[in-house]
Order: sequence, then C-alpha cells, then structure tokens
Amino acid sequence: MKALILRAAGTNCDLETAHAFERVGMTAERRHVNELLAEPTMLQSYRVLAIPGGFSYGDDVAAGRVLATELRERVVPQARKLVEDGGLILGICNGFQVLVKTGLLPGLTEQDVTLTHNASHRYIDKWVELEVDGKCAFLTKGESFYFPIAHAEGKLVADEATLDRLERDGMVALRYRDNPNGSLRSIAGLTDATGRILGLMPHPERHMEPWHHPTWTRDGLSDLPDGLRFFQQAVAAVS
Amino acid sequence: MKWFRIAVQVRPAYADPVGVAAQADLRLAGLSAERVRVERVYWVLGSQDGDRLAKALFIDPVLEEPAQQGRGTAVSVWKKAGVMDPTEASIRRAARALGDPITRVVTAKTYWIESAADEATVLAAVGDSLANEVIEEMGIGPAPQPQPLPKARAHHPVVTIPLTGLSDDELVALSRKHILALDVVEMREVRDHFAKLEREPRLGELETIAQTWSEHCKHKTLTGPIDYTEDGQSERIGNLLKETVFASTVKLDKDWCVSVFKDNAGIVRFDDENDICFKVETHNHPSAIEPYGGAGTGTGGVIRDILGTGLGAKPIANTDVFCFGELDTKELPKGVLHPLRVMKGVVAGVRDYGNRMGIPTVNGAVCFDKRYLGNPIVYCGTVGILPRGMAEKAARPGDKIVACGGRTGRDGIHGATFSSETLHDESDVVSGGAVQIGNPIEEKRVLDVLLQARDRGLYTAITDCGAGGFSSAVGEMAEETGAEVWLENAPLKYAGLDPVEVWISEAQERMVFSVPPEHEAELLALCASEDVEACVIGEFNDSGRLVVKHEDDVLVDLTMAFLHDGLPLTPRVATWTTVDHPAAPAPADPRRHLLDLLSHGNVCSKEWIVRQYDHEVQAGSVIKPLVGVDGRGPGNAAVVAPVFGSRRGVVIGCGINPMLGDLDPYQMAMNAVDEAIRNVVSVGANPDRIAILDNFSWGDCKNPETLGAIVRAARGCHDAALLFGAPFISGKDSLNNEFRTEKGSIRIPHTLLISAMGQVDDITRCVTSDAKRPGTKLWLLGETRTEGVPTVKSDAPANMRAMAQAIAAGQVRAVHDLAEGGLAVAATEMAIGGACGVALDTDVDLFAETPSRFLIEADQNPGGGAVLVGEVIGEPILRFPGFEVSLEDAKRAFFCWETML
Repeated sequence: MKALILRAAGTNCDLETAHAFERVGMTAERRHVNELLAEPTMLQSYRVLAIPGGFSYGDDVAAGRVLATELRERVVPQARKLVEDGGLILGICNGFQVLVKTGLLPGLTEQDVTLTHNASHRYIDKWVELEVDGKCAFLTKGESFYFPIAHAEGKLVADEATLDRLERDGMVALRYRDNPNGSLRSIAGLTDATGRILGLMPHPERHMEPWHHPTWTRDGLSDLPDGLRFFQQAVAAVS
Repeated sequence: MKWFRIAVQVRPAYADPVGVAAQADLRLAGLSAERVRVERVYWVLGSQDGDRLAKALFIDPVLEEPAQQGRGTAVSVWKKAGVMDPTEASIRRAARALGDPITRVVTAKTYWIESAADEATVLAAVGDSLANEVIEEMGIGPAPQPQPLPKARAHHPVVTIPLTGLSDDELVALSRKHILALDVVEMREVRDHFAKLEREPRLGELETIAQTWSEHCKHKTLTGPIDYTEDGQSERIGNLLKETVFASTVKLDKDWCVSVFKDNAGIVRFDDENDICFKVETHNHPSAIEPYGGAGTGTGGVIRDILGTGLGAKPIANTDVFCFGELDTKELPKGVLHPLRVMKGVVAGVRDYGNRMGIPTVNGAVCFDKRYLGNPIVYCGTVGILPRGMAEKAARPGDKIVACGGRTGRDGIHGATFSSETLHDESDVVSGGAVQIGNPIEEKRVLDVLLQARDRGLYTAITDCGAGGFSSAVGEMAEETGAEVWLENAPLKYAGLDPVEVWISEAQERMVFSVPPEHEAELLALCASEDVEACVIGEFNDSGRLVVKHEDDVLVDLTMAFLHDGLPLTPRVATWTTVDHPAAPAPADPRRHLLDLLSHGNVCSKEWIVRQYDHEVQAGSVIKPLVGVDGRGPGNAAVVAPVFGSRRGVVIGCGINPMLGDLDPYQMAMNAVDEAIRNVVSVGANPDRIAILDNFSWGDCKNPETLGAIVRAARGCHDAALLFGAPFISGKDSLNNEFRTEKGSIRIPHTLLISAMGQVDDITRCVTSDAKRPGTKLWLLGETRTEGVPTVKSDAPANMRAMAQAIAAGQVRAVHDLAEGGLAVAATEMAIGGACGVALDTDVDLFAETPSRFLIEADQNPGGGAVLVGEVIGEPILRFPGFEVSLEDAKRAFFCWETML
C-alpha cells in the first residue's frame, strides 16, 4: 500500500510525514508537484495522498494559495476519485491550507472557509490539546490528541451559516481545547462530507516518538505516542 | 501591454490582524492611530483577464474583497526598482496555471491610517516602523504604477584603473572610492605587482583582489604578525589563530574530528553512517541598517555554508545569538534604529528564513548593552549532517563550473569589503547595496536538488556564493587548479548589470558546483525538474590562473599565486594591562536584586522569540528550548535526534558573557567555553565528544588595546579547549564593530561567542532543568567563590565529568547550570519550570557567578563533591536565607517581555 507525499517548492515536512506512514507499514513515496501535474492519473496507484507542512511557494499571496491554484484544475478531480475509491487525503498545516483553498475541504462550494493570520499576528510553535468531534473516517468522537502547532496562518474563518452547517454535518473533525490562534469555534481540523479528506493545522508527524512529547522528562516515555496512534488509525482506514 | 491594478482588503466583518500589528508598530514609532487598515496591492502586466485573475488568485473569497476607499491618511510602501520581490515568481507560476501568463508583477501595500496627526507626521512614522528606506519607497496616496525596467546598456567597456606613480595618499583615496577596504601597504603591493606585469589593473581585478584579501575572507588581523605587550613584557606573535585556537585542536588530536578549520564548517564523526558539522557566522553590519533583511540573509548564508560543507550536508538545526542596545534607550544617535525595532526586525528575519527552510531553530541567547546601539551583533549558526566519506572535495581540471539557484542582481555588492569597514551615520546611504534580499524558498529548492545530486555523485566539489559572490566561490574552488569564467552565461535578475557587478554580486541563494562533463546534462536536467536554474559559467583548468571573460572582453587575468598568497601582512601592535577588580559587594536588598536580575534582558524569558521559531520541524526534537510543566521554563541546551529510528542525539549550547570582556578577555573566553560545555553537559552530553566553535566580534583592531584584548581572549580559548579536552572545529571573526558619531566612536564590548556541539548516546537519558517533585533535595555541584572576575579553575573538568556520570547513571531528576545571577536565579528558574517552589538553606553566596557549577535535583548526593543546599517544595514560593519571593512575583519579573512587547 502506497502513500504519495506531495512536495513543492517550500514544502518542508515531507521527510517526517513519509517516515510516519512508513512507521505504520505503508510505502511512502515523495513526489514533486511537477511530476503529478505532468501525470495526474498517477494518483490512482496510491491509497493515500498527503500534503505535508511547510511554506509552499513561500505562502506568497496567502498560505497555500499558489499550490492550490496549480492543483485545482487537473489534480483535484483525480483526488476526488481517490476518495471515491476508498482512499484518504490528509493535509497537515500548509497541506490543510492547500486543501481548503482548492475547495476539497470542506467541499461544499468552490471555497467555503479560509485559514488566515493568527489573532496574535505572530508565528507560533506550541503544543496543543485536541478533541475529536465529527465523522472523520479514522478518528473517534471524544478521542483526544496532543500535537504541536507551528504556523502563522492557522486561524480558521468562515461565516456563521457555514460554521453551523459544518458542525451539523459532522465535518468539524478536531477542536483546540485552549484556542491558540483565534480560530472560529476553536476549529483545528475539518473533513469533507465523506470523512475521508482530513485537514488539520497541528502536526501529528511530530509526535511519533515518546521523546517528542514536551514533558517526557517529567512524565516518562509513552508506549503509544499520539502521532503513532493517529497514523495507525489512518492506515487501518485504507486497509 | 497594459498594467492592471488589483487591491485587496479584509472584509469589514472580520478582524484584520495585519492592520492591528501595523497599528502597534506605529505606536512604537510614537504615532497613535485609532485604526489601521492594510490594503495589498498587485500591479500586474500582461494579463488577458485581470478581473478573473483577481478572483481566482488574489482575493480570498471568504475573507477578502476588492479594496474600497479607506478612511484617514493613505500611505503606500513599495520596493525600490531593482530590489527583488520573491513573490513575483510564485504569482507568475499560479497565473500560468490559470492559463493567463503574465510578464511582470509588482507588489505594494497601502496603509489607511486614522490618526489625528498631520500627513507629514504619519508619513514619518510609517518610515520609522513599517517601511525601510534602504529597500523601499513610500508616499502619501496609492502606490504609483511601476516604471518600465531599465534598458540594457549595449556594452560595458572594460575599465582599467591606473595605479602607476600614485602616492600613498592617492592609493588610500582610491581604495576608499571603490570601497576596496585595502590599506596602504596592500595597495602598494597591488601597484607594484601590476608594475612588474607592465600594465594597469582592470577594475575587475582590483575588485577580485579586494574580495579575496578582505578581512572577512582572509582574517588577516588574526592570522598576521602582532607585536604584543602584556604588562610591560613584549613579544612577536606570528599568527594568533594558528598559535591559539588552531594549536589547541592540533594538540588535542581527537580521532573523531573529521575536518577542522579548512571547510565551510567543522566536521566530526556522529555514528557509523554519518558525520555532523557546525558553523556559526556573524552578520552584524547589514543588520544595523536593515535588521530584517540582514538577519534573514545571515541565516540564509550560514545555511548555505552547511550546504557547501564537504560534498554537501543537510541542515538539521539553527542557532541564533543576538546583542542589542538597551531596549529602554531614549536617545538615538543620528542614523541609528531603535534597539526594539532592530530586535523585532532581526527576530523576524531569522524566523522567516529558518522557518521557511524547514530547519528547527533550537538554541540561542540575547545580550543587551548600550554599546551595541549603533552596531548590533547577530550570530547565526547551522548544524548539518552528511554521510561519512563525503567530507573531502576537489574540483578537477576539465570540470565545468555550474552556477545554480537564484539569479544574479545588484544586491549585496561589496558585502565582504563593507563588513570590514567601520559603520558611520551615512552607512545606510552609501552601503544600501550591501543589503542582500533573501528568498528562502529559492534556497529550499536548491537544498532539495543538491542532496539528490550529491547522492547521485554528479559533482566533485561544491561551495556557496557568500561574501564576494562568484569571485570568492570560483576563486577558492580553483585555487589549486585554475579556471576560466564566461560571465555572459550567468542568469541575471534584470538587464543592465556591468559584468564586474555580476562577478562580485552577493545575490543570495546561489551555489557553485564543479561538474565532470559526463554529468553535466544529468545535473542540469535534475535542476530543471524542480525549477532550479542552473547553467555552466566556466571551466576549471590547470593554468594556475583565474581568467574571467564577458564575451570577448577580459575582465580578470590573475595568477592564483598572487591572488591567494600575495597579501602582504602588516605587523599590528597590541597591548594589554592587567587591572585588579574587587568583588562586588553583597546586594543591600537581595529580594529586589533577584527580581531585577530576573527582569534583566539577559536573563528574562525569551519565550516571545522562541515561540516564533519552528523548533520542531524535521521531527527530531528531544529537548526543546523551553521546558517544564507549561513549556515556559528556560532550558539549558537543545537536543535533536537527526536520524529516524536512532536514539543518538546532537546537543547544542552556547556561552557568551560580554560583560566579562570589560574585566578580563582571557577569563571571558574561559568562562564562555565553560558555559557552553556546562550547557550541553547539563542535559546529558558526553564530555568526551564536545566540539566547540569561536566567534569573535570586536571593535577596531587598529587600536592596540582592542587588539590586545583579542590576544587575551584567543589565549583563553586555547587554554580552555585544552583544559576541557574540547577541540575547536570552526570559527569566525568580525572586527571593526564600531559606530562613528559626531561625538566619537562607540566600540562594542569585546564579544566572544562559544558554541558547543555535544553528542548523547541515548537521548532517553537526557534531563531538563525544571524541578520535578516537591520534597526532593537540591544539591550544588562545584565550589562557589567570591571573586572580582569569575575564574575557571582546574577543578572545572572534574565537575563536568561528575555531572555527566550522575546523569548517565539516571540519578538526577533535574539539572540547571549556574550562570548570570548565580544560585538564586538558577533555583528560581527551576521552580518556574516546575511550577513549584524551592527552599534553600545554605551559606553559599547566592549571587556569585563562579563558573563550572550545577544545581541538581536528586534523591541522593549525585557525587562530585556536591553539597546539599535545599529542596523542592510544593508551595509556590522561593525561600532563600533571609528573604523570600512568591513564585508569582518571580514569574512577573521573568516574563516581563509579555507586557512590554
């Protein structure tokens, strides 16, 4: 089973994201966006498309905007097909920003929500508690995770009607317990209606080892770090 | 073709954090505004359907809308013509994907400022806070339509500079006019060399010589002869660095040192498969003029050093250490930016470059002193990892010279010679060209293809384009061979550059490879596949000459022998007079004294900085810069595990204390080495595997006392390295850090940074500084002495070893090294990290800054002669003999930046 880890100029979490999928038994292949644009149908030989964190094209204009524009016409239809066939799409941090701006997430219209400057207008690296809500294909309501965020544009914004609809239809996948960036309704992650496309600002691939946890020297080494659990559940959903 | 203007604003229904941040910046510049709204402006040339482009690319459909007429005063800021805008390439790429290829994009910002102040005041405040005159222009009203690009001049004739018969004064005047930074002896040497050749030098040749002979590249002060007098005793030092720093490494002769003092960075053995390398650079001069750009390019530059180490290393961690003027400075000399603005700009520059490159910034320090006001210091360091067996490289005759990465522009011309000059209040006018404009995404692209090319074996040598640009890079790579360069092949940012400018430009994000002809096509194809520009700009040969051509013109024809070995070394004079310093009296009010220390810039929490850096990207983070219950306690040193699946870690720490330089630079060096080693040992580094780096930032060494201080410091480095058995593997000096004002010259404090790179066999043995469990005893390891100058003594290595053994044996819960503020501050910081209290019961001098000491939380005596000094308590209070402070009061002092920034 293969995962395609998409990279473009400025992607910088591709190695650890690939490693995370390898750790849970998948074959991870890092592919440059130029390869995918030249042959979008290659996506059908994968079970997972992951768009990792980083600063694709320098976040020029707005975070994720330029890569989303590139993917929209030829890659997005192939991505939808991957999901219809039971695959998964995962966007982490910059990948979430890209998914939102392609319209794949939450997927109601061309673009329904956006991710913009943190309320503090500062980049922030910090560990956050997350609670699962909604109907993600591989997360269970009530489950919690502890991951770091590291972003300047992670505040989720949409109009009230859209936010109501996302909540009603179970598309709010993750919420911050202690909102770090001013996201409306503390939203940290979203799915599409199928629950098979997940985007989130926090970085699960940065909590694959027990020593990644910021207080492991106080609380000891965990047998099952939250990131490992996250990726194990993801791979189970495509097996 | 027609320009199309697209202006975007945040919908009024949503908050505009960019506007709020601008409002705060204006307030710092003294302007109170009720509201600031920011409008992003894009001037687009050649669009078929500008409205469609605006909707599809520029305007976020949820958050934004086309900009409306705003309220208040509109001030626009845009880049000067010729200053590169990295967003242009991204926007053009996206427009291409939308089927609307455009030819140019120019961006601007318009601030709508609602303020009672008049237009001129508003404009001035924007100039002081939101715009930088070095690279930007601004004006009232909307941003003007961009100008057409300058037309290329048909031909730049080769300029020769007659030197024959020039007097000493005329030679010096000529050196100054062309910003060559060569002194009279060096100019005479050049004049006489060309007299022997019976011709006058070409401008390109003078520039090449000036770059190669610059203080920045050759370190001639510290490697040249010095007549040194210490307390009346005189001696001749032949080569200071060789006899001190380098000599200690030779004497230590560690078999795990792979490459020291010859490449971009020092390389040491890490594990069976990998070596690691470390380099720390100074980038102070441009940071004084343009903090954001200067610091960004400092970071970008040291990262490229690592990319060009051996056959190319992968960066795994960044460090940064800053020295600024006091943040509460009221009066500014002419031509000086306020330290707060410098700090904000520098932090943002380091942040944006490091974060975008995907390199965790894991360690640093900040020092404040009023003497840094006109001349801040920025040290940027990068650690890299490379497969074993890739430390050596050599270009071979016949190899192609391939330039790769960013295009060449006028940016950064004369950086090497500029950094060798003293700053003065017109520096920002004459040297604006020395500020380079960084584009981290370009450098990330280069990194991505470089590592692939390395692993496919496509090149024989590599170096970065740093100071001196192509002239230094090619000049260095071809030192043992010879080369011919064809500058007409170099891709340019814009037409109209003089070939000499192309040759010496310090445009960023460029690397130079030597590529065997059979791999040329594959390398170029690899670069093209990831949108990295690469082209052949010449060839290495066995001529022993450096020949640079532009089409049929010859710009440079020099022998490598003269270029690299022709520099005449002038003996310099140095003196040092020992002064006795009495111990400081005990503070009258120790409680007040402790709170003052905690809120002092050198000690207080740097969380405001640390959290703006991504310190966890690459998923190797083991010990973070901030530790403890809430992740807010200060750590001792950072640990990263760079190899997936391995528990072997790299430990990064640093030591710096410029205040000691005022007392005795020898002890400053001993203390800085002690501190750096203490830092890494206190988290668990093996004391037998610590490599260290030196960075000297000094004033004008033509002053014998200033140079004498550096002799003392270098000798301190030598003795400390031998004492601790820690070899220096790389170093850098930055001299002439003075700022000339009408009232005289301000010399920075003698500033020595020591960086340490340690290793830990099993990262799960590492410990942090936060107090862990109430009821546990606190032990002090190391003797406390009351002395005028904190002195490193022969017991120091034994303390380090005892500490390391206790950690390796798993006997300790927490360790904090003692630094500024001594035992009192260390105990307080452990309590802040642990969200608990401490009770100390000891007659040890609480504020003594004796080096080589650790405060340890452990159930049993950790050994090494440690003495019991108190215990961790659950109550949030810090109890010291004779006084106490609530944890809350201590935190309020320690986190003082929270309210200030």
